[in-house]
Amino acid sequence: MRSRLAAQRRLALFAAGVAVLNFPLLGLWDTQATLFGLPLPVVCVFVMWAVLIAALMLIERAHRGDRE
Amino acid sequence: MFSTAMLAGLALAYLLLLFAIAYAADRRAEAGRSVIGHAGVYALAMGVYCTAWTYFGSVGRAASSGLWFLPIYLGPSLAMVLAPVVLRKMVRVARTQRITSIADFIASRHGKSRLLAALVTVIAIVGIVPYVALQLKAVAAGIAVLAADESGAHGSVWWRDSTLLIALLLAGFTMAFGTRHLDSSERHEGLVAAIAFESLVKLLAFVAVGVFVTWWVFDGPADLFGQAAQRADLQRLFALDAGSSAGGRGGASWFTLTLLAMLSLWCLPRQFQIMVVENVDERHVSTAAWAFPLYLLAINLFVLPIALAGMLKLGDGGAGAEAYVLTLPMAFDAPWLAAAAFIGGLSAATGMVIVETIAVSTMVCNDLVLPLLLRSRHLQLRDWSRWTLWIRRAAIVSVMLLGYAYFRIAGEAYALVSIGLISFAAVAQFAPALLGGLFWRGGTRAGALAGLAIGFALWAYTLMLPSIVRSGWLAPDLLLHGPWAIAWLRPEQLFGLTGLDNLTHAMFWSLGANLAAYVGVALVAPPAAREASQALLFVDAMQGMGAPVFWRGQASVQGLQQLAARFLGAARTQRLFADHAGEHADPRLVQRVETELAAAIGSASARTMVASVTQEESLSTDDVMRIVEEASNLRAANEQLQSLDRLKDDFVSSVSHELRTPLTAIRALAELMVDDAAMDAAQRQHFLALIVAETQRLSRLVNQVLDLAKLESGHAQWRNEAVDLAALIDQAVQTTGELLRERGAMVKLDVQQPLPRPHADADRLMQVLVNLLSNAAKFVPADHGEVMVRARAVPGRVRLEVQDNGPGIPPAQREQVFERFRQADGGGKQPAGTGLGLPISRRIVEHLGGTLSLADTPGQGACFVVELPVDNDAR
Repeated sequence: MRSRLAAQRRLALFAAGVAVLNFPLLGLWDTQATLFGLPLPVVCVFVMWAVLIAALMLIERAHRGDRE
Repeated sequence: MFSTAMLAGLALAYLLLLFAIAYAADRRAEAGRSVIGHAGVYALAMGVYCTAWTYFGSVGRAASSGLWFLPIYLGPSLAMVLAPVVLRKMVRVARTQRITSIADFIASRHGKSRLLAALVTVIAIVGIVPYVALQLKAVAAGIAVLAADESGAHGSVWWRDSTLLIALLLAGFTMAFGTRHLDSSERHEGLVAAIAFESLVKLLAFVAVGVFVTWWVFDGPADLFGQAAQRADLQRLFALDAGSSAGGRGGASWFTLTLLAMLSLWCLPRQFQIMVVENVDERHVSTAAWAFPLYLLAINLFVLPIALAGMLKLGDGGAGAEAYVLTLPMAFDAPWLAAAAFIGGLSAATGMVIVETIAVSTMVCNDLVLPLLLRSRHLQLRDWSRWTLWIRRAAIVSVMLLGYAYFRIAGEAYALVSIGLISFAAVAQFAPALLGGLFWRGGTRAGALAGLAIGFALWAYTLMLPSIVRSGWLAPDLLLHGPWAIAWLRPEQLFGLTGLDNLTHAMFWSLGANLAAYVGVALVAPPAAREASQALLFVDAMQGMGAPVFWRGQASVQGLQQLAARFLGAARTQRLFADHAGEHADPRLVQRVETELAAAIGSASARTMVASVTQEESLSTDDVMRIVEEASNLRAANEQLQSLDRLKDDFVSSVSHELRTPLTAIRALAELMVDDAAMDAAQRQHFLALIVAETQRLSRLVNQVLDLAKLESGHAQWRNEAVDLAALIDQAVQTTGELLRERGAMVKLDVQQPLPRPHADADRLMQVLVNLLSNAAKFVPADHGEVMVRARAVPGRVRLEVQDNGPGIPPAQREQVFERFRQADGGGKQPAGTGLGLPISRRIVEHLGGTLSLADTPGQGACFVVELPVDNDAR
């Protein structure tokens, strides 16, 4: 059961990642605004990327001991 | 500032360091203290994905199109989310099937086809050799940029030769650590350690330049971006649609790049080599799943800052942008940093060249050269193992020299500059057969061949051909008007498809047709026996099938042994046949020999060789299905047997424990009476009464154990009829009346009239009711005990409640009381019961199609609820 949950979580994260790191959602950040002097689109892409990695790390931690 | 000789010396010193690291790692591995047994090293080695094309090219792309260098790294990051599903399976399959290259993986999956393996190898060579050339060019260009001050002329002959020297040294390195011995697993610890080190070097060097530029040349990132924002031509680079020429196209291009990079991660021979073949522990995959994307993020963090800084300080956003990593430190008086950056670029280039060459050389040897040599009648060698090593070494040198030659011939041509994505698109053609084969049982050899051939042809026509035209090697008319002026054959608007960028257009046609052919052909001509059996071994790899044997026929041990000795050498053959004496080989041994041979010469050749020394019976698809079914039935039966065995052990041990308690009491009392002949009559009478009570408990226990066993085995007799519940409740209350009166408890009835009649066995239901009532009697407080029995109809069911005003059952124990021999804590004293009443009751109610549970009644004692279906066949 646990390993099936892990697979579902991974698939969901994958789908979410593909969605937020692609157009049209990516286009939402396309403004001239800045954050601490850095252009918002650039910051956002990297932050979302980092969040993806962090979420992946959490999933792998949570399912480390699962049987296949 | 630098002389070419100095730079060449630096490069050589760095390569010598690599030799030392690989040598030391190999030594440690032999001593049993592997350095690559760590997930971090595995993830770092995956960094071989980042080549010189990343190291120099990303900055160049960022300078011209802003954030559009990113999809190439976002794709693999997304792909790694699925690594524990995809990669882990690939690793498992490769390990059990002894697969050592991506060509062998695809060929083995689709029925061990030699033709398929050869086709994959050819595509890999065509796609990869220009990419190797690009790496050599990057090194040469690096030397040229840094030494430009001294030599003055770009065209000096010396650096070209230093590139050749580097190529030859790399070939030497790859031969030394990639083909040192014929190992069954084809793993190269020293090589992996060196590649992980290279990944570290290029990351540190690139980040160092980034930090230098951002905080030394500029006053932090805000300053850098602030200055860039002042210039309209630079501010455009922050916008996300900067790479798209027309509105609305951006999304498709971005997606294509992401998808392409995602597929490349699985399909590039060098990634397959590092991620699958060189993997030492499946568990490393789950760490690498996030560690590798983190690496990609880190190495891309400073790409945009370096590009912006270069354009602000050095001007020129064109070809010069690719060298910003080198030219910026030079311009700001930090030659040592420029040298470090050069080493970083060198490490990016050499890492790719080394791993790609070793992967391609394995394929060339096993899938192109060996099949031809083995077919030859004149060449009957006694020991092939040494030959295979030399064929691989020759392949390594050939690939390296081919790359060098391509670089010399096409050095400045468009075909080389644009090869990065074109090369990705070529290997992405493996994706349908590779990933489809891993997850879809229906894939066939013919489908894979058709898909790869069509995909590759379309790739060549829509992507490679235009790049050749743009290099000036063919007339541009071909692109503008199509061959023979047939407009709908124009390579970049095939069949009149417009509105897409060139890459998306090419990917749409090639990958789309490839996938359609792979699936379509397989659906028209379904898998034959060998394809079906291989499909099962791949697709169901994670299910632990217990290795079914798909081989039937006659084979002699001696013949197999001679065959194995020719390819594996004497020592390994001896180990392989250690426990196999006798004349006739059993199928399992034949299969094992074939698998071992596959590691050395590829699965397709191994198949042919084994077939040549045995008399095989051909299997039909039905045979394959039967073998699988037998194997899985056997496994299921085994598992069931094991779990039953465990259950039985648990049961026997708790029953004997429960039996021992009354027996011990009886024995102790009896012994007391035996020892004390002068015991007075009243005492003796008391003891005898206790013995009678314990005996009664004992026989009750034995009866219940038998009853439970009967219920569980399904041998119980059931006489189901429409039951008058109200009468049954009355009867049950009367039966337990004596017990309740003893405890001073009152019984209150609240029975709705008329009640629907459930279809049930009245005696069994009575047993449940009596059990619940006597349980309640045990737990009510002395003197003011109260037991409430309620019965009423609910939609489709009848609900019966037995509630007492005792201490109740804590929520944590609500399910436990239904387990055998578990009794609720009765406020300290052990309640007198067998611990089987409730489990038996639950079984009975469940057999009748109902439920027995504990209602949530905090502070009001325990309330057991029986619900039975009405107007429903209770089995």
